[in-house]
Amino acid sequence: MSTAELATATQTDAVATERLTIAQAVRDAMRDEMERDPSVIVLGEDVGIDGGVFRATEGLIERFGPERVIDTPLAESAIIGMSVGMAATGMRPVAEIQFMGFVYPAINQLLAHAARMRNRTRGRLTVPMVVRMPYGGGIHPPEHHSESYETLFLNSPGFKVVVPSNPYDAKGLLTAAIRDPDPVLFMEPKRIYRAFREQVPSEPYTVPIGSASVVREGNDVTVVSWGAMVRVCLDAAEMLALEDVSVEVVDLRSLNPLDRETVLASVARTGRAVVVHEAPRSNGFGGEIAALIGEHALLSLLAPVQRVAGFDVVFPMAKSERFYLPTRDRVARAVRETLEF
Amino acid sequence: MPRTQVYHAVTERLEVLDPMGVADLELMPDLSDEEVLGIYGDMVRMRAMDDKALKMQRQGRMGTWPPIKGQEAIQAGVAHAMIQGDWLIPAFREHGIMLLRGVPGRLIYAYWAGDERGSCFPEDVRCFPVAVPVGSQWQHGTGVGLSLKLRGERAAAVTFGGDGSTSEGDFHEALNCAGVLQVPTVFVIQNNQWAISIPLHRQTASETLAQKAHGYGIPGLQVDGNDVFAVYAAAVEALERARSGGGPTLIEAVTYRLGDHTTADDASRYRSDDEVAAWQERDPILRLRRYLADRGLWDDDRDEVLLEEARAWVDAEVEAMEAMPTQAPSDIFRHMYAELPLNLAEQMAELEAEVGS
Repeated sequence: MSTAELATATQTDAVATERLTIAQAVRDAMRDEMERDPSVIVLGEDVGIDGGVFRATEGLIERFGPERVIDTPLAESAIIGMSVGMAATGMRPVAEIQFMGFVYPAINQLLAHAARMRNRTRGRLTVPMVVRMPYGGGIHPPEHHSESYETLFLNSPGFKVVVPSNPYDAKGLLTAAIRDPDPVLFMEPKRIYRAFREQVPSEPYTVPIGSASVVREGNDVTVVSWGAMVRVCLDAAEMLALEDVSVEVVDLRSLNPLDRETVLASVARTGRAVVVHEAPRSNGFGGEIAALIGEHALLSLLAPVQRVAGFDVVFPMAKSERFYLPTRDRVARAVRETLEF
Repeated sequence: MPRTQVYHAVTERLEVLDPMGVADLELMPDLSDEEVLGIYGDMVRMRAMDDKALKMQRQGRMGTWPPIKGQEAIQAGVAHAMIQGDWLIPAFREHGIMLLRGVPGRLIYAYWAGDERGSCFPEDVRCFPVAVPVGSQWQHGTGVGLSLKLRGERAAAVTFGGDGSTSEGDFHEALNCAGVLQVPTVFVIQNNQWAISIPLHRQTASETLAQKAHGYGIPGLQVDGNDVFAVYAAAVEALERARSGGGPTLIEAVTYRLGDHTTADDASRYRSDDEVAAWQERDPILRLRRYLADRGLWDDDRDEVLLEEARAWVDAEVEAMEAMPTQAPSDIFRHMYAELPLNLAEQMAELEAEVGS
């Protein structure tokens, strides 16, 4: 069933649905895939008895037992290194790194092994594994709990990098990620883990990795974003509509592979683009999007591509994080500047 | 309150065959003369492969090569204790055991000559590719063990590393997790005394590497790594424990790297000729030959025949490696993902337009 068909079916109640948060949708995807495929296992810190610090693995250990829902020692490099060993020998591990800011000890295993195994063995060994990482700011946590470091992995060939922005996509994309033959880094926007609920089909389904989604149609400006920032962009679009500005919002959903066509088609129509992300602006993925628009759609452009992003600073601690994160007003200002160019 | 002892541990060392080739019959593992002759032949072939690679490197026909000379007993001893279903997860000085586990010599040469196809092993060969990032493979060993355990296979994972790699955090994490998760993994340290220029006492203040097992709650044993019988006996014990659900084992095999770290290294800068000469006297091949000769199973004539066979085999493997057709430029793109994404397809076309397909 295609996404469009499913959406239609959902509206007409042809499929059973539940109102779920992103965290619940993530858990359901793991539950359904573990049910379907005995080689799928979950491992990480506190994913078992505790159900995960964000409850994203809640109930899994009761259902599948401690052999398939493994509370590991506190060792990120081991979580990823063991997953590489397992994935190359017939298992499909879904590893959790408790916060993206704690992934650094595992970078060697990710970049030197997970991303390279297929290529360096010319396809003999592959690593069909998923690494789930809650990322991003906005929850006033201690230090090192707010990072959004997708760029580290986007300049490291061999991964797929996926970021859902809503419960429907979270379940469908994670299902696709678990079934994917290659390593998928699955960034979960922890700020909106439980911010809202949506109707999500109860049955398993996939949202294809590598397809962007136009989450709001508009004619004047294309705003490109992903993850938690999509909501901020939608809020800005809502506000700008009151000023008779028609904003199209493209949710990339997958950063690698990138659905360039959807972005370019939108920009070809609107002639203006703003890219919004939480990660620092300089050398961020917004620069890549701007470069692609420049390479492929320069003559459609009526204004330079704007970037609204985090500042090039260490992510501030709780009391100052509001200064760092892109806001509705910052996005709206960039859209107006683009229109007034 | 007086302090009480909460932990006490002993680490043992196993030696069976002394440097003069005399075996302790009490400790001698159950090996027939035929099997011992087979092991000797394997060790001679390993050294012939190594010698040839060094010559080829000087001729510009081989890339950087890490020699295994002096470490043949460890690799032959462990290989002979392994069964079909066991996995090998090597570091980068394990060409010998890779060969014995079924990796064709031509592929080992191809890898070190700079061709990725050298890591595309035959389907039935349960072996990971070489791991260059030091110590990272220990973690894969734990993961493969966990995989075998979860799938209920009566098999073990055997992972290798050097003394230097025990200083890496991954060594600690891998052994710690292996102990907690009770995986069927055997960790083999080839303690060859030198990590490029750094001697063992600059890697660790620990008296042995085997004793580190105590910190992870797993069995550890030191063996004379130039004594193939001791290595074999230790490996059999550890592998049987692993396959029967008894969990992981750490084996420290004490040996010596008779050659340079790699062909890009000059070991005379940091260690004495006397030290090397003393270890040459303890050469594992020489030692096994003395044992066989003492038992009337071997002589110079047979040795000459074996060497000639080994050299002929090596030459055939080199020929096969050099006869491999070159890779297409597009091959650098084709194996990044199961399906070629758009950006790679475009870049592949870009390269082909430049250099042809």
